[in-house]
Amino acid sequence: MNKLLLIIKREYLAKVRNKSFVIMTFLSPVLMVGMVVLIAYLAKINDNEQRVIGILNESDYFSNEFVITENTSFINFTDLTLETAKDSAAQLGFYGLLYIPDEISLEKVCQRSFLYTKDAPSTTVTDKIEGVFQQRLRQQRLLDLGLSSSDFETVDTDFDINTATFQGETNIKGITEIKAFIGGGFGYLIMMFIIIYGGFVMRSVIEEKTSRIIEVIISSVKPFQLMLGKIIGTSLAGITQFAIWLVSASILLFVVFAFFDIDPSALSAGNQIQAGMGSNMTPTVPTVDQTMQVYAQELFNIPWVMLITFFLIYFLLGYLIYSSIYAAIGAAVDNETDTQQFIFPIIMPLMLAIYVGFFSVFSNPHGPIAVGFSLFPLTSPIVMMMRLPGGIGEGGVPLWELVTSILLLFGTFIGIVWLAAKIYRVGILMYGKKPTYKELFKWLKY
Amino acid sequence: MNNILVAKEVTKRYGDHIALNKVSLEIPKNSIYGLLGPNGAGKTTLIRIINQITYPDQGEVFFDGQPLKSSHIAQIGYLPEERGLYKSMKVGEQALYLAQLKGLEKAEAKKRLKYWFERLEIGDWWNKKIQELSKGMAQKIQFIVTILHEPKLLIFDEPFSGFDPINANIIKDEILNLKEKGTSIIFSTHRMESVEELCEHIALIHRSEKVLDGKLSEIKKAYKNNIFNVGLVTKNGDMILKELADKFNISSSKFDAEENQLNFTLQLPNNDSSGVLAYLSTKANVNHFVETIPSTSEIFIRTVQNKGFHE
Repeated sequence: MNKLLLIIKREYLAKVRNKSFVIMTFLSPVLMVGMVVLIAYLAKINDNEQRVIGILNESDYFSNEFVITENTSFINFTDLTLETAKDSAAQLGFYGLLYIPDEISLEKVCQRSFLYTKDAPSTTVTDKIEGVFQQRLRQQRLLDLGLSSSDFETVDTDFDINTATFQGETNIKGITEIKAFIGGGFGYLIMMFIIIYGGFVMRSVIEEKTSRIIEVIISSVKPFQLMLGKIIGTSLAGITQFAIWLVSASILLFVVFAFFDIDPSALSAGNQIQAGMGSNMTPTVPTVDQTMQVYAQELFNIPWVMLITFFLIYFLLGYLIYSSIYAAIGAAVDNETDTQQFIFPIIMPLMLAIYVGFFSVFSNPHGPIAVGFSLFPLTSPIVMMMRLPGGIGEGGVPLWELVTSILLLFGTFIGIVWLAAKIYRVGILMYGKKPTYKELFKWLKY
Repeated sequence: MNNILVAKEVTKRYGDHIALNKVSLEIPKNSIYGLLGPNGAGKTTLIRIINQITYPDQGEVFFDGQPLKSSHIAQIGYLPEERGLYKSMKVGEQALYLAQLKGLEKAEAKKRLKYWFERLEIGDWWNKKIQELSKGMAQKIQFIVTILHEPKLLIFDEPFSGFDPINANIIKDEILNLKEKGTSIIFSTHRMESVEELCEHIALIHRSEKVLDGKLSEIKKAYKNNIFNVGLVTKNGDMILKELADKFNISSSKFDAEENQLNFTLQLPNNDSSGVLAYLSTKANVNHFVETIPSTSEIFIRTVQNKGFHE
C-alpha cells in the first residue's frame, strides 16, 4: 500500500478513535443548542425583574404618560417634598424615584427632572423614561406649530421603501443581510475549521516529538509525506465530524421548516413570481402572507452550487496553508506551552478577516477594503466567501478579482507549504531548544 | 564488493557549524562496526545521512556498491537514539503500521511479527497499548520493528541505553544471531566499553572528523606499548624487586608478605617478552605474566591527543 495512504489512514483512525473527539462530535450540537437556550433564558430572567418607580410630579405638563408595562410599574406620589419622597421610595424598596419639577416651560421641566435610583439605573429603564420625555417634547413642539393632537397619528407614519433591480426583480428587505450572513457563515466555518483542526495537526506533531517516534518514522518515509499525511488525515477526521454536525443540523432545519409551515416543494415551483416581474417591469409589493414564502424563495435562488464549489476551493487552499504552518510550529517546539508566541500571528489574519468581513464587507461588498482583503491570500478564503453570495460578474464579484484571488492563494499555498516543510524537516529532529523566529529563519537554510 | 557501505569525503554543515568534515568510511559486509566518539561528535548526523533523513552537502555515500537512493531505505533498519512509540496505539497495530511503512505487505508483516513476538515471549501483548507497557518492554517491540523487514544493514544508535541488563543480553544475542545470518551491523555509541567486545571494526569520530578507523584487533596491536602485569610468588619480594628495578622499568609494585605475592607492572623497550619471562622464572614462580591491551577509550584519548586536539 502507498505510504502516504498508510499515514493518512493511521492519522484518521487515531483521531476518530480518540475518546475526546468522539465525545465532542456528539456533545457539541447539544452544547450549542444548550448555550443558545441558556443565553435566551438568562436574558429573560434578567428582564423579568419587577421594578417599581415612584413619580413625584409637580408639573402640569405630565399627567399619566408613564404607562405600566410587564416589568415596570409607576406609582404617583403627591403632596410630598422631594426629600420625603426619596426616603419613602427607598423605604418601600422601589427601584427609583422620578422627580418632575414645576417650571414655566416644558423644556425647563425636562431639563430639571431627575431620576433617583438605589444603584446606577439600567439602560432599559432610562431608555423608557427618556422615550416618554422625548415623545412629550415632540408633541409640545407640534402643538406650538399649530397642529392639533389628533394630527399626531398622521405625522407618525412609518415608511419602508420598495426596491427592485433594473431587471425588475424585487429585492426583499433584509435579503442582502441574509446573503451576507450566509457568506459570513461560510467564512466563519473556514476560520473555525482552521483553528480547531490546525490545532489538532499541531498537537499531533508535538505528540510525535515528545513520544520520540518521529525519527523511527522518517527513517521510513519522507518528512514531507508524513506532514502531508498528517494534515490530510486530520482534516478527513474533521470533515467526518462536520458531516455529522451537518446531518444533525439538516434534521433540525427540517423540524424548523415544518414548524413555520414552509413547503419545501413549493420553492422550486415558485419561480413564476420572479418571471412574472421580469416581463411587466413593475414591481409589486408582496403581501404579508407571501413574505415568508418569498424569503424562502430568495434563499433558494442564491447560487448554492457556485457558492459551495468556491467554498470547497477556498476552504481547501486556506486550510492547507494554515495547517502546514501549524505543523511547522508543532515541529519547532517541544511542548504546547511554547506554541503561544507562534500561534498569535496565525490567528491574527483570521480574526482580521472575520472583523473586516463583518464590519466592512457587509456594508459595502465591493469597496476597496473588501476587494483588498479578498485578494490578500491569508484573508481571502474568509472575506471572498462573504462577498460571493452576491454572485459573480455583474452586481457581484468581478471575475478577474475571483481569478486573481484564487491564483494568489494558490501561489501562497505552494510557497507556504514549501517553507513549512523545511521548518518541519529540521524541527522534528531538534530537542530541548526553545526556538526563536531567528532560529526558524536559520533552519530554512539548512 | 566487500563493503556494504562506503562514505567518501562526506561533509555536512548546519549554518556555521560543521557537523561532519570530509568523513570517509568503509563498512565491510557481514561484520559488526563500531562508530565511536563522544556526544556531539557527528555520529548521529552521519547515521541520519545513511538513512537519508538528511543529505550531505558534499561527498557521496554508496550502499552495496550503488549510490545511496531512496529504495535503499527498505534494506536498512535503524534504531535511533531518540526512540519511542505512539503511546495510545495498540502494540500489534503499531508494529504492523511501522512494518508496512518499511514496505512489507500486511500479511507477511503479520506472519513475521507473530514469529518474533513468540520468540521474545511477548505474544500476549498484541492488544495492549504502549502506555500500559514498561520502558524495557517497549524497547523489545522497538527492536522487533527495526529488524522485521530483514534489512541488509542494521544501525543501532546508542543500542543498549534504556535496557535493563537481562533485556540487553537478549537483544545482544539476537543481534549476534542476525550477524551470523549475514546482516551487517553498525553500533554507534559514546559508551565505547559497551560494544568493545562485539565490534570487529571501528571508526573513532571526534569533533566532526574521523580520527581513526580499521580492524579493532589491528588497531589494538598498533597501540600496544609493551606493558605487562606480572605476579610472582616469593618470600623475599623486597629483595627481588630491588634487583629487578635495576634492570627494568617497573611501576606500581606491591608486595603482600603474608600471601608471598609480589605484583608489579613492567614496561619493556621492545616486543621481546620471552627473554624477560625466562629471566623472571629463575627468580621466582611466575603466577601471571599478562600483556595489557589498551581499551578503546584509551586508544581514543591517545589518538585525540596525538592529533593535537585539546580539551
